[in-house]
Amino acid sequence: MDENKGVWVFSENYDLTLEMLGKGRKIADTLKTELVAVLVGFNVQEKANDLIKYGADKVYLIDNPALERFQAEACLSVLHNLTANYKPDILLIGSTKNGKPLAARLATRLETGCIPDCARLSVDEKGRLIGERITYGGNAVAKVTFRSKPQIATIPARAFEKPEPQDRSGEVTKLDAQIEEPKTEVVETKPLQASSVNIEEAKVIVSCGRGLEKKEDKALLEDLAKILGGQVGNSRPLAEDRKWFTEWVGLSGHKVKPKLYVACGISGVIQHVAGIRDSKMIVAINNDAEAPIFEVADYGVVGDLYEVLPALTEALKKQLQ
Amino acid sequence: MKRIIVCLKQAVDVSQLKVDSKTSQLLTASAPKKISDFDKNALEEAIRIKEKLGEAEIYTVTVSSEDAKAVLREALAIGADKAYFVNDLSFQDLDTSATAYILTEAIKKIEEFDLILSGEASLDSFSGLVGSRLAELLNLPLITSVRKLTVEDNIVVAERTLEDAYETVKAKMPALITVTREINQPRIPSLMMIMKASKKEIVTWTATDLNIQKEKIGAKIEVIEVLAPKTERKKIMITGENKEEIAEKLAKALIQEGVVGR
Repeated sequence: MDENKGVWVFSENYDLTLEMLGKGRKIADTLKTELVAVLVGFNVQEKANDLIKYGADKVYLIDNPALERFQAEACLSVLHNLTANYKPDILLIGSTKNGKPLAARLATRLETGCIPDCARLSVDEKGRLIGERITYGGNAVAKVTFRSKPQIATIPARAFEKPEPQDRSGEVTKLDAQIEEPKTEVVETKPLQASSVNIEEAKVIVSCGRGLEKKEDKALLEDLAKILGGQVGNSRPLAEDRKWFTEWVGLSGHKVKPKLYVACGISGVIQHVAGIRDSKMIVAINNDAEAPIFEVADYGVVGDLYEVLPALTEALKKQLQ
Repeated sequence: MKRIIVCLKQAVDVSQLKVDSKTSQLLTASAPKKISDFDKNALEEAIRIKEKLGEAEIYTVTVSSEDAKAVLREALAIGADKAYFVNDLSFQDLDTSATAYILTEAIKKIEEFDLILSGEASLDSFSGLVGSRLAELLNLPLITSVRKLTVEDNIVVAERTLEDAYETVKAKMPALITVTREINQPRIPSLMMIMKASKKEIVTWTATDLNIQKEKIGAKIEVIEVLAPKTERKKIMITGENKEEIAEKLAKALIQEGVVGR
C-alpha cells in the first residue's frame, strides 16, 4: 500500500478540473506529495500548461484524436493504464454524469473503493482521505474513508473554489496510451436550454413550490429575481407532478449554493433542503406557519406568496434606489 | 424471448426516517423499508418493454443481509416474473464494490439475459456506483442516467441527461442501463396482481450457493460516522401590521446582510 504516491485529479470538465486542483493542492501539501493533473483530449497542449498555473506539479497529457470528445471506454482505458502504472495515492474525479460512472468503473478495475459526491475532503493523521457526503435523502452527512488504494473520490462541481492562477513551473509529460474500442455510440446531442443550465451558478435564486397556483404566476418570481439580478427556480413537484418545468432544485435535481435563496410556497421536504443547504442565506415565504422550510431559513414570513412577493419586489425597488 | 434482469435494492424509506435529536444519530434500524424509488422505475420500464415486445421475462435480483420478502412480493405484484433473493447474514455493511460482486455472481448463475436495468442510485445511500461497477464486472455496454429507452431487435437506444445536454446513445445488447425517475411513473399493483404474485417464484440463494469469496466482500471503504447535519440558521420570523410593512422589514434585513444590492 505504501508505494502509492501523489494526488491526482481528472475531469472531462475543465472548470471542475481547476476546482479540484485548488483542493488537491492543499491535500498534496498536507501529505508532502505531488499534485498531478491528467489531461486527455486533442490539441490541448495549451491547456496542459495552464493546469500548472492552477496548481499542478505535473500534467500527464494524452493527446489523441480518439479523445477529442468524451468517450467512456477511451477515457477509462487511459486512466486505467496510467493509474496502474504510476499508482497514485489519491485520485479525485469530477462527479459529472459521465465522470461518476467512469470513477466507478476505474475503481472496479483497480479493485479499490470509491466515495462518490464528496462535498468536503480532509486527511486524517494516518494520511487517509476522508470524504463527507450527503446521504439518506438529505437526512445525514456521512464521513467515509478508505481501506484500499488508490483512494478514489468523486467531486461535484462547485464544491471547491477555483484557485487563482499563479506564475509557477511544472512538468508536462506527453504520454501514449492504449485506447479501448467504444462499447456505446453517441448518435445525437441536444443542448439543454441555457436558463436551466446555469442555475447552479446563480448568485440569487427565487424559487417556487406547490404554493404556486398556475405556471404563469412564475412571473411574480421573475419580477423579484430581476431586481436582485438573480434567477428563478422551482421545487420538484412542479416538474415531476405538474410537468410545468423540466428541471428542479433539490437533491435529485440541481444542487445550488447562491448568496440568497428565496423559497416561495415551498414546504421544505428534506430532499429539497439538501439541495439548497449550501446557500449563504435562505428566506422562506409560506402561508403554513408549520412548514419545515422555516426550520432551515434565516428569515421567514408566514403569508401568501401572492401578496408578499409583489410587496417585497416594490420594497426592494424603493430601498435599492 | 428477451430476458430482462432488474436489480432491486431494499432501501430505508428516507421520508420516514427519524433522527435522535440528542445524538444526531439516524434511527435506520426502526425505519420502514421499501423498494428503492429509482429501482422501481427500472422495474416499471422493464414491464413497459415487455408490453411493447409482446413477450419477455422479467427477473429481479436483490442482495441483502436482512429479510426482504415483502419487497420482493411487491416487485412480483407489480409485474416481475421471478425474484432472486441473495440473502446471507455475512452481507452486512456491504459497500458498492461488494454489492456489485455479489450481483455479478448471481447474474452469472442466472446465465442468459439481454438487458440489465437498475436505478441510477439508491434512495438511501445515494452512491450511484453499483450499476457502473456491475457493468464493468460483466464487461457490458453501460448507459447511465437514462430518461427514455427503446429496445429494437438487438439494440438499445437511450436518451440520457447530462449537465448541459441530452444525449442519445446506442448500444448492442446485452447491455446495462441505469434509469432516472423521469423515465416513467411506476404503476401501483391491483389486488388481483397482488394475489397472482403469491404464486410466483422467489429463488433464495446464500453466499455458499453463489460461491462468494469472503475476502471479496470486505468493505473497501469505511464509514466513520453518519450524523444528521447541523443547521445553523437564524430563523428570524418577520411580522408586521400589513404586507407592506413586512416587505419593508425583509428588504431592509436583506440589504443589511449584504446579500442583495451593491
